[in-house]
Amino acid sequence: MKENIISINHVHFRYPGQTVYALKDVSLNVAKGEWLAIVGHNGSGKSTLAKMLNGLHYPEEGQVTICNFPLKDEFVWDIRRRLGMVFQNPDNQFVGTTVQDDVAFGLENNGIPHEVMVERVKASLQRVGMLDFLNQEPHHLSGGQKQRVAIAGVIALQPDIILLDEATSMLDPRGREEVLRTVRQLKEEQDLTVISITHDLEEASRADRIIVLNKGSVYREGTPEEIFQLNEELIKLGLDVPFPVKLSEILRLQDFEIASNYLSEEELVRELWTSNFKK
Amino acid sequence: MEKMIFGRYLPLQSPVHELDPRAKLLFIFGFVIVVFLANNILSYGILAVFTLLCIYLSRINIRFLLSGLKPVIWIIAFTFLLHIFLTKEGDLLFNIGFLKIYEGGVRQGAFISLRFLLLILVTSLLTLTTSPISITDGLESLLNPFKKLKLPVHELALMMSISLRFIPTLMDETDKIMKAQIARGADFSSGPIKERVKAVVPLLIPLFVSAFKRAEELAVAMEARGYRGGEGRTKYRLLHWQGKDSAALVLLLVLAALLWWARS
Amino acid sequence: MDIQLQEVEYRYAAGTPFERLAIEDVSFTIPEGVFLAVVGHTGSGKSTIIQHLNALLRPTKGQVVIGDRVISAGKKEKNLKSVRKKVGTVFQFPEHQLFEETVEKDICYGPINFGIPEEEAKKRARSLISQVGLSEEVLQKSPFDLSGGQMRRVAIAGVLAMEPEVLVLDEPTAGLDPRGRKEIMDMFYTLHQEHGLSTILVTHSMEDAALYADEMIVMHKGRVQKQGKPRDLFSQPDELAAFGLSVPEVVRFQHRFEALSGMKLDRTCLTIEELAEELARAKKRGEDR
Repeated sequence: MKENIISINHVHFRYPGQTVYALKDVSLNVAKGEWLAIVGHNGSGKSTLAKMLNGLHYPEEGQVTICNFPLKDEFVWDIRRRLGMVFQNPDNQFVGTTVQDDVAFGLENNGIPHEVMVERVKASLQRVGMLDFLNQEPHHLSGGQKQRVAIAGVIALQPDIILLDEATSMLDPRGREEVLRTVRQLKEEQDLTVISITHDLEEASRADRIIVLNKGSVYREGTPEEIFQLNEELIKLGLDVPFPVKLSEILRLQDFEIASNYLSEEELVRELWTSNFKK
Repeated sequence: MEKMIFGRYLPLQSPVHELDPRAKLLFIFGFVIVVFLANNILSYGILAVFTLLCIYLSRINIRFLLSGLKPVIWIIAFTFLLHIFLTKEGDLLFNIGFLKIYEGGVRQGAFISLRFLLLILVTSLLTLTTSPISITDGLESLLNPFKKLKLPVHELALMMSISLRFIPTLMDETDKIMKAQIARGADFSSGPIKERVKAVVPLLIPLFVSAFKRAEELAVAMEARGYRGGEGRTKYRLLHWQGKDSAALVLLLVLAALLWWARS
Repeated sequence: MDIQLQEVEYRYAAGTPFERLAIEDVSFTIPEGVFLAVVGHTGSGKSTIIQHLNALLRPTKGQVVIGDRVISAGKKEKNLKSVRKKVGTVFQFPEHQLFEETVEKDICYGPINFGIPEEEAKKRARSLISQVGLSEEVLQKSPFDLSGGQMRRVAIAGVLAMEPEVLVLDEPTAGLDPRGRKEIMDMFYTLHQEHGLSTILVTHSMEDAALYADEMIVMHKGRVQKQGKPRDLFSQPDELAAFGLSVPEVVRFQHRFEALSGMKLDRTCLTIEELAEELARAKKRGEDR
């Protein structure tokens, strides 16, 4: 069992002036080095949870511990240095007038010396494949490129955790692919913990573990295989299931033999062929 | 709109582009004062030649620069006419009924229009050859001494750079909202003034709403990225004052001396 | 009402150092009542094209024929309202266009601009609000008190209230969750069928193109690269890949299956049901033999 890098215990939270809980008795752990996807329809509380992990909200009840720091005013800046966040709207998190200025912004805030900064800006942009865009202005970049710059800004601070708050939901398919590829690559290169809040199936099905939120509470938790087994239940929650799961379901109704629930098309194609045609 | 040159930056390679923004800011500041030394044909001539030299050194196409002046040409023409009709000095040149035009008026009008034109050209050169963020850096650095007087220099500079960052974004947004409303039958370009003012509401409200939303999200993102004011912050952009920057200012002093010598 | 683009070219900021070619030599016809999908990557010129369909942009070369109006390069047209009344456009993130105090007033804004009496406009608002899946009490609320998804629906109602003959949709479901996406697309499809609207859908989703469109246009680098029935275009995945585009999951699955099995299904399947049906048929054929 790997050590927990984040632990959330019985957390409750309401927005000021609201009676309904945005988070209701949420408990969950994140292991060091894992890729966790948090899914849920709009308004399920997933973005509230994301903001709490970054100390932008504090729990009304319950405890949150991140990288051994309890979530409290005095540690919030330590937490923010270790947990980098990429937000949904590529435009509204781009602070610098050029790519390199934007990557440097977080470094400047943390008082990193100039020489180190220059090195880290270059190295981070290299890692997300945006080094050629050093002096580009944001309005000349595509959404996917802006998000990669945002990721560079996060990794420049050498965090332990990177949190994607619907970071791909405003992108076109190409941009989405760019961003996911980048994150996957970064995760392989070093021992990053990734939390992605999403309703993109592609993104969720590649995670090590999925947590389904509904109405501010944890509805289910499990591996992608386990979660997508829920099929109809997820659809009722306003979510979708991956294509192979949907197809398997329909094929079974037509008396095809499909042994288990596959998440990849490749596996399903093989299963379909070997157990139904190749006889 | 597309031909406007004010506040636009043309990223070229030229001696003027490479100057330190502080040098350029001080230069402009000095130039604005020095211009007022000119008071006769010779001194205005020197000034004009000097301005042309600056434009030449900046590698900016003079035709582009002049076409960008179109919006102000009317103001210049108006200034010229005002002087022609209102100054009553020197010999009488024309006398058509109630219209009396004096030689002094023509001269004054020409000089003042020229002064105005040169000022606009040189200040446009500043924005055309210096990226907005460099101007901001230059200003921040020049204003730094005023920090002791409790002037929030860092905050002002950050505000300025964020505005610069978001101007293109908001321009795009304005264009989009405008088109969406035109598609819903809005009319921004015709009708009486009162109607036109009313027609702007469907444009302004969405623009404000979105600007506020952006500001809110940006503030959250900045906080998440560890921003907590200017205290303890380091700077990524450093300015380097070089020999050529001093040279530029010396050149300005030479110009001042020449004008002093040439003025009557 | 047909719309025709004839050798249309458009340059942004023509005649300045910032000039940029957006589309060139674009010609196609949108016959009345068709559901047309326009696909292509960001920057392929899709958005520029749709702004020509209701004369928001005037071509820098060529001409656009919208019903009985001709919009051509170099000629300033007056009174374009008659064109815009017939062509309703739902832009990307249309919730950004909301501005009135109440939802009802916002929905009525378009129709009233086009000279529809207020009473009639309100009547339309009432019937549309349920059509887009909201309850009538929303009408008296401020649009800014609604959730993002609800705002989107109100904005769409505002365009539908103009009762256009042609409906142009620019990524109408971007940023919505899966349920919202499906509900909104289904609603547009019902409208398309019930009212015989011509519908032009600009999308990144090959799934949507496969599910709803009769005709499909592939844009790349400002030019129309392919045009045809989705079923035909999707049966040649390599050609689409050349433009950086993929095929729907269903089609991709079918091709994978065909590659592995060496069998060929009778047709390119566009829905999951079609695929199941074809697979069952293929299986039966195998067993009968």
